[in-house]
Amino acid sequence: METNQSENQVSISDSQAIEEALNESTNPDFQVIRDQFPILRRNINGHPLVYLDSAASSQKPLRVLERIDRYLREQHANVHRGVHSLSIEATDAYEEARNTIAVHVGAADSSEIVFTRGTTESINLVASSWGDTFVKEGDEIILTKMEHHSNIVPWQILAERTGARLNYVDVTADGRLDMNDLDRLLERRPKLVSFTHVSNGMGTLNPVIDIVERAHAVGALTLIDGAQAAPHLQINVEELGCDFYAFSAHKMCGPTGVGALWGRRDLFEIMPPYQSGGEMISEVTLEGSRWAEVPHKFEAGTPNISGVVGFGEAVQFLNDVGLDTIAVHENSLKKYALERLTAVEGLTLYGPREERTSVFSFTYGDIHPHDLSTILDQNGIAIRAGHHCNQPLMDHFGISATARASFYLYNTHNEVDALCEGLQMAAKVFGGIA
Amino acid sequence: MTDPQNPARTDREIPSTLNTLYRELILDHYRKPRNKRALDDATHAITMNNPLCGDVIELLLRVEDGRIAEACFLGRGCSISQASASMLTGRVRNKTPEEVLELSKKFTQLLHGDESLLSDSDLGDLRALAGVSKFPVRIKCALLGWNCLDELTEGEVLPAESP
Repeated sequence: METNQSENQVSISDSQAIEEALNESTNPDFQVIRDQFPILRRNINGHPLVYLDSAASSQKPLRVLERIDRYLREQHANVHRGVHSLSIEATDAYEEARNTIAVHVGAADSSEIVFTRGTTESINLVASSWGDTFVKEGDEIILTKMEHHSNIVPWQILAERTGARLNYVDVTADGRLDMNDLDRLLERRPKLVSFTHVSNGMGTLNPVIDIVERAHAVGALTLIDGAQAAPHLQINVEELGCDFYAFSAHKMCGPTGVGALWGRRDLFEIMPPYQSGGEMISEVTLEGSRWAEVPHKFEAGTPNISGVVGFGEAVQFLNDVGLDTIAVHENSLKKYALERLTAVEGLTLYGPREERTSVFSFTYGDIHPHDLSTILDQNGIAIRAGHHCNQPLMDHFGISATARASFYLYNTHNEVDALCEGLQMAAKVFGGIA
Repeated sequence: MTDPQNPARTDREIPSTLNTLYRELILDHYRKPRNKRALDDATHAITMNNPLCGDVIELLLRVEDGRIAEACFLGRGCSISQASASMLTGRVRNKTPEEVLELSKKFTQLLHGDESLLSDSDLGDLRALAGVSKFPVRIKCALLGWNCLDELTEGEVLPAESP
């Protein structure tokens, strides 16, 4: 992801911007952004909510909530069906969201965006539709050991169905992909390399352009799981060069239950429908049916219209704030969190120091992540504890679980301090760190 | 404020709910688990995990003359699951399957907030886990080892010894 990396480097060296971002309490721009998220004014267990679980799901800004509300109050009808005005209005809102998202990720055409229930369904769509058509017995598919279960299980099931074989790229001790191992596996001429842009378990930012180039060099297609990247980075599928890119709305300020699959139009054209029923056909007779055009042939049934409209609004919100502005703020938080967390005695941080996002996976002495989470929760601090749907990665590090604190555009440096104070509280509860 | 150089020091008071959850006895069982070892002459063994968090407990029993002569456990997990399993191994010794089932029921009621059981001496140390009732999401942690036991007893695996 050369573009983003160079952007990040510029941002980090821009000390004035960091200085400004650091002063969240005096920075009016930041307050305007944070005030957009009413949930952040809540108290939890008698303490102001410190929400550090955005990698699991982000909070929603008012304008997304209001957009969904307005759609449902004023614009709702079924899409692509009626001739009546309301149906046309609803269809326009739905297709406008598709267009917003297509432009946002640099798609050649809005028909390259298929709406799904989220990243998981996007990957399942490719595994079922493309996989069942083009993957044969003995074919190989490359995944990595840092994949979320949603980018492992659909391929395992496809492999069972077809007799294909799965190989997993190894992960280095500091939580990066072992590129030599990738090269070794690519010599086996796989059909597909499916991998994550950013690790949900460790925050590792993978060298996606490099991986795509190496995969294409041996004739493999590429699918990128963008669930953890799209909320933070400016995605441009043309620059990435990949063949499929999957992402979810709810991790990027949008509603749950909706996501997208970007795919190359020529691939979508030759792929059969994923599910079948209404919406995805052009003609049905008792003898058979003809499929609708891309992308509608992949969107069977009445879609999550209000969700899609909210998704479009969330993307507009991120664009209005500016992903470069978000990157400056998050880089500053990341730097500060790294500094504070690495200074905590007994804390083990997983993942690389560089080439990472603001997702921090750690263990703290012998305090189990669940206990840590319970203690932090009593102080109003929400983190994730567990295997993060990353069991192969946990096995790789010989652990069963980590605590994970993840930051987003609305978090503050004070919340990094609150996390560290919460860790001190945990040490006190446990009578010290063993 | 806290001292960033000394993470073990904080001036903030520990909330009382946390003190009732993390009793010293629980932390003692967590850090020095009793009977956490393999049992070579086990007659019964079962492993259960919590798929949500990856915690695992293997319960090993040696049953003689219809009573549990020895109970051990292996596995990994949070302080609540490990302390509960450690205490379990102490409380079920010399009990019949019926008695074990009765104990398991009482313990489950305790975790669901039945305060009358706080005076039940049959539960012994297990009463230290009563604070879990204020943390419903952690009840399944406290029950992980007991689920193994229930599986062995309710499944009528006990008391018959395996060949």
